[in-house]
Amino acid sequence: MYQTNYHRASSLEEAAKLFKKGDDAKFVSGGQTLIPTMKQRLAAPTDLIDLRHIKGMSGIKVSGKKVAIGAATTHYDVSTNGKLAAVCPALAALASHIGDPAVRHMGTIGGSIANNDPAADYPAAMLALGATIVTNKREIEADKFFKGMFETALKDGEIITAVAFAAPTRAAYVKYPNPASRYAMCGVFVADHGKGDIRVAVTGAGNDGVFRHRAMEKALAGNFSADAIASIATSADDMLSDIHGDAAYRAHLVNVMARRAVAQAG
Amino acid sequence: MTSKISMTVNGRQVEGSVEGRTLLVEFLREHLGLTGTHVGCDTSQCGACVVHVDGKAVKSCTLLAAAADGGDVVTIEGLADGTRLHPMQTAFKENHGLQCGFCTPGMIMSAVDLVNRHKSNGGGKLTEEKIRAELEGNICRCTGYHNIVKAIEAGAKAM
Repeated sequence: MYQTNYHRASSLEEAAKLFKKGDDAKFVSGGQTLIPTMKQRLAAPTDLIDLRHIKGMSGIKVSGKKVAIGAATTHYDVSTNGKLAAVCPALAALASHIGDPAVRHMGTIGGSIANNDPAADYPAAMLALGATIVTNKREIEADKFFKGMFETALKDGEIITAVAFAAPTRAAYVKYPNPASRYAMCGVFVADHGKGDIRVAVTGAGNDGVFRHRAMEKALAGNFSADAIASIATSADDMLSDIHGDAAYRAHLVNVMARRAVAQAG
Repeated sequence: MTSKISMTVNGRQVEGSVEGRTLLVEFLREHLGLTGTHVGCDTSQCGACVVHVDGKAVKSCTLLAAAADGGDVVTIEGLADGTRLHPMQTAFKENHGLQCGFCTPGMIMSAVDLVNRHKSNGGGKLTEEKIRAELEGNICRCTGYHNIVKAIEAGAKAM
């Protein structure tokens, strides 16, 4: 790892100030992606600003159907929160399958969303749940937040503080993990928000990161069953292709995972 | 730029001067001489470096020492009570839960964390299937998982 200066921010204002002062500063939360990336020298920020100790940045609030999750909430806390599991078990289950137990103790929902790794699980959940990404400057709809691989609507120095959404009436997330890395080769989050408002989001497969599958959403709005989407194909032109699976294989996985998710959501 | 950090390690207050990039595992091994915590893959996959920070298992190769400033750290050296081994250490010994021993510190730290979490989430029987799933982040290059799982089952009963 190249040399870096570590700073611990105790408030959002202090974090913003430290960010401005650094030459090429980066925010870090759990660091479960950023630290390995820095060790590989794929990232070399001059300054690291730790957001983990800012008050009010972590914790889960559930009131009726409304859910708000602080950005520094760890995957472990999302996966074990009883109130969240009661209204949106699909999200708790998703969090319980990120990385491994030690990684889940450090990694955070805000960090995962800000990084927008094309194989990350949370971006699919945010899109399918129609979540609002709250930052220190504004609120951004998930539909306008994810801009492609590792790209988001976040401006320089902008910090995610929380995510908020209304719990769906039913939802499920099913992924096909790479047998070695366990990263999603394809993950599909299906959420039924009632009155025919269905959202289907796909991660791990698209060559431009997470995306919504409109054709499936339309079909499921009329008939929420695995059969309704069985014949809906996904173009291989838009799929990732690598040694783990070519584009045609991933396009096929999208349909299989989507059908499993619909069946699981019931 | 170096900075002063202080933390509790195995119940003892320690201080040190580290660079921003110093990893917790480097601080433990090279500054404090606690070489029981191992570096296997150095890429957060293998779990040989697992220690507890503020009561939770984390990979000390993927955490900056400065980020653990003020924390309460327990390493494999801190488990035993004097010469009396921790029940999980005894279980690994009695069940032959190790072959070359390289992954063992991380396995035991993860196992203790797993049992603690299981107990605080209501307990019940810790099944073999659950133990195997929970060991996802700990790799044994000797592939000695069978006895490791048996050791954790026995250790869980004794804890």
